[in-house]
Amino acid sequence: MSRLVFVGRRVLQAIPVLFGITVITFFLIRLIPGDPALQILGQHYTAAAAKQVRHALGLDRPLWSQYLLFLTHLLHGNLGESLFFKQPARQVIEQRLAPTLFLVGYAAVLAAAISIPTGVVSALRRGRLFDQTARVVTLVGFAMPGFWLGIMLILLFAIKVPLFPVSGYGAGFVGHLDHLFLPALTIALGFSTIVVRTLRASVLAAYAADYVDTARIKGISRVAILLRHVLRNAIVSVVVVFGINLAFLIGGTVIIENVFAIPGLGSLLVDSVSTRDYPVVQGVTLLFAVLVVAINLVTDLVHASLDPRVAAR
Amino acid sequence: MTELVPSVERPGEATQEDVLRVRDLHTYIATDDGVVRAVDGVSFTLRRGEILGLVGESGCGKSVTCRTLMGLMPRPPAWSSGHVDYAGLPGRNLLELGPRERQRLRGAHLSMVFQDPMSSLNPVLRIGDQVEEAVASHERLTRRERRRRALELLERVGIPGAARRLSSYPHEFSGGMRQRVLIAIAIASRPRVLFADEPTTALDVIIQDQILSLLLELQRDFGMSMVLVSHDLGVIAEMCDRIAVMYAGQIVELTDSRTLLMEPRHPYTIALLRSLPDESPGERYLPTIPGSPPPLIDVEPGCRFVARCPLAEDACRTWETELLEAGPEHLVRCRRHHETRREGAWPEQSFA
Amino acid sequence: MSSLASPSELLFDRLQARSRRRGRHLRRYGSLIAGATILSVVIVACLAAPLLTHYNPDTLDPLHPLAGPFTPGHLLGTDEYGRDILARILYGGRIDLLIAFGATGVTLVAGTAIGLVSGYFGGLIDTIIMRIVDLFFAFPFFVLVIAIVAMLGPSIFNMFVAIWLTSWISYARITRGHTTVVKNREYVLAAKALGYRHLRVMLRHILPNVVSFVLIYAMVDAVGNVLLGAALGFLGLGAKVPSPEWGAMISDGQNYILSSWWLSTFPGLAIVIVGVGFSLLGDGLADLLRTGD
Repeated sequence: MSRLVFVGRRVLQAIPVLFGITVITFFLIRLIPGDPALQILGQHYTAAAAKQVRHALGLDRPLWSQYLLFLTHLLHGNLGESLFFKQPARQVIEQRLAPTLFLVGYAAVLAAAISIPTGVVSALRRGRLFDQTARVVTLVGFAMPGFWLGIMLILLFAIKVPLFPVSGYGAGFVGHLDHLFLPALTIALGFSTIVVRTLRASVLAAYAADYVDTARIKGISRVAILLRHVLRNAIVSVVVVFGINLAFLIGGTVIIENVFAIPGLGSLLVDSVSTRDYPVVQGVTLLFAVLVVAINLVTDLVHASLDPRVAAR
Repeated sequence: MTELVPSVERPGEATQEDVLRVRDLHTYIATDDGVVRAVDGVSFTLRRGEILGLVGESGCGKSVTCRTLMGLMPRPPAWSSGHVDYAGLPGRNLLELGPRERQRLRGAHLSMVFQDPMSSLNPVLRIGDQVEEAVASHERLTRRERRRRALELLERVGIPGAARRLSSYPHEFSGGMRQRVLIAIAIASRPRVLFADEPTTALDVIIQDQILSLLLELQRDFGMSMVLVSHDLGVIAEMCDRIAVMYAGQIVELTDSRTLLMEPRHPYTIALLRSLPDESPGERYLPTIPGSPPPLIDVEPGCRFVARCPLAEDACRTWETELLEAGPEHLVRCRRHHETRREGAWPEQSFA
Repeated sequence: MSSLASPSELLFDRLQARSRRRGRHLRRYGSLIAGATILSVVIVACLAAPLLTHYNPDTLDPLHPLAGPFTPGHLLGTDEYGRDILARILYGGRIDLLIAFGATGVTLVAGTAIGLVSGYFGGLIDTIIMRIVDLFFAFPFFVLVIAIVAMLGPSIFNMFVAIWLTSWISYARITRGHTTVVKNREYVLAAKALGYRHLRVMLRHILPNVVSFVLIYAMVDAVGNVLLGAALGFLGLGAKVPSPEWGAMISDGQNYILSSWWLSTFPGLAIVIVGVGFSLLGDGLADLLRTGD
């Protein structure tokens, strides 16, 4: 019963966060210095057009009223009108959602496949060659710009040795897997450099824990101790670490989509900056934040299911 | 591999039969600052059915001794030498056993209860599962058998409403309850030897009594031989048949508890007894032992207590210490042990 | 005494020998020294650029475009306009280092101050500030920075503003966390009991005990800011081509990746070197802290 209460409580906690996100996103547009209409219209500036633009952006009302309007629109799924595409922003964004979600999921899976074994083995073989090597690789990898790594990977595995496509999204599920492998790998590698160190520390901490001594005196096998006690506890920290850094993973998609020319939300965001398509920028930012909140919620729930102490607090 | 001799369940008093014979045990730990001589030449025997107390300050090596005997000291950075005979595995030196052989001994022959019940249980597994794991570690049992035995154990150690508690998690238990569970786990496979490393130090005084009584009961019922480690002389005095006093990695006095408490011979033991609150009623200040134990890295030759011993002479600094016989079954590591009980041998105690 | 050493003595000698072979001081201070050295070299090199190369970052050399590394006169080659890569890296480094120190420095001070206040006073102020911090954390950092740059208009200065507006939250959280722990320690309670003013207690009693954690994170943050600056430069949202900022250089070199790999590779290496320097410095500080100064 207390588990259900916990889930309910956690979901409710997310609601004010979502509201807060809308507030911040709302204020983004207010950052535009000077007259936004001037920025938007540029050469085509006329007083009448400016008035239209300001009205379209809702800038001719008092602040609180603007916010309420914004919120109402949001709840109806209205994200405004794309200045560049001349379509509802929502449509533009919807078209680009799938590739980004695919990329994020793909990258998360690859990140787990890379970082978890590396972290665990580094801990188990502490101080030995694997651990030392991993430490050096992690150190250098952490300082490596993701876009640069992406370019190098394209050079090596798409051009010099044509194993994978150079760019794009591809068609069909398998096509997506093929096209998105290098970009997902780039993100996963970057993510791993952050996470491996913490994972290693978690496994070491689990190994040094007193309950491992208790397990030992039972006379059970080392494998059983490793699986049932060490890893079972370390995995809790893994989930937490993943969750905390997942926002980073999502942010990484923005620049990677740009490098690999993937038609997703990230590249939409960057393009919209150049075209000054403010409603789209706002909409994408909002969506990304909602995505983060959703993922954090899921992570928290998984965490609670793995560690009974969480729900008890 | 030699067959393990099964334990005989004959409850009763301490006998003369040796269960464990430890000779010249050394455990050295390699650290960044040098090699730590955590255990430096410890020898004792544990007889069947007896409770042997290991008492001393923090860092004197009592825990490391027990862990070494259990095979819990990690190979780097800790290394041991010496000879340990165990009645259940005649003809073999325990220190030379491989990891698999060690594993077979743990739980069914040698077992241990640790100091901190709050962190000694796996927080993400249910209590029932953890006890069942101990029950099933050396025997093949059906699920029902496992559950039944686990339930029995929990009831035996005094957990109320044990049936319901099997599905609880450790964080739902108090410290005292957790320690009972840990004791249940320790005795699940009917070990012959139980090491209890400060089992009550982390608990309230009232609970301490309960746990100690429980241990005593179990020891009698199962005929276990027990090594009880503590820094608290009061606890040791209540429970133990024989007592070994440890200092700076060595045993400095070893005899039956009555003799130790009434006629201690080693200056350290004497000072330790004097520092008990009951010993100095009416005194305004509690006598303490000035100074602190020597570091166990780069150990100086000679007696390790010289810096704090009121009876220390120059010869003590160069004496290659060994345990001398001060009486029948009474060993003391002091070359002046004849004189330590003389009137006026001790200057007035100083205060801290 | 027999002439045979006892097994325990043999064991001891063996361990002793092994123990001494390890260089203790090297291990304790190795990272710190390595990191500091790398960063010093880079900083000096970039500041002393005019001494190290006689080219300007914009000097065109139409006769030698896309020259490879080790071409005489151009150690790292030239780009499509014949500009010397080494010179561009050295001068561009000034921009990237400015980002590392300028962005990090301001957010460090601001975030720490906010965290101190929040943790020290607790109550409503703490709740409000921490709620705001949590809110910011809900946004993927990069996305938020881009959005802010989008609104303000792409430029190096606006990039700084965007980082300042978003990066302080980590410092605030760290500082606040440690402040709430430290403020209940005896020496703080004593200071308060003596009637010291709040500011004094915060600055002279709490801050020194919190600052080491903040500095360690600052190293990580510095790496992040360099990468962020380079990423924005790459996208043309911060520094823009033809700036010799390293990210912009990588973007520029993308077009020639097949024939002239060095255009993008060397600036990337430069970023990695600076990042490794900061990371080592941070690791060294963390080690120092862990083993008790």
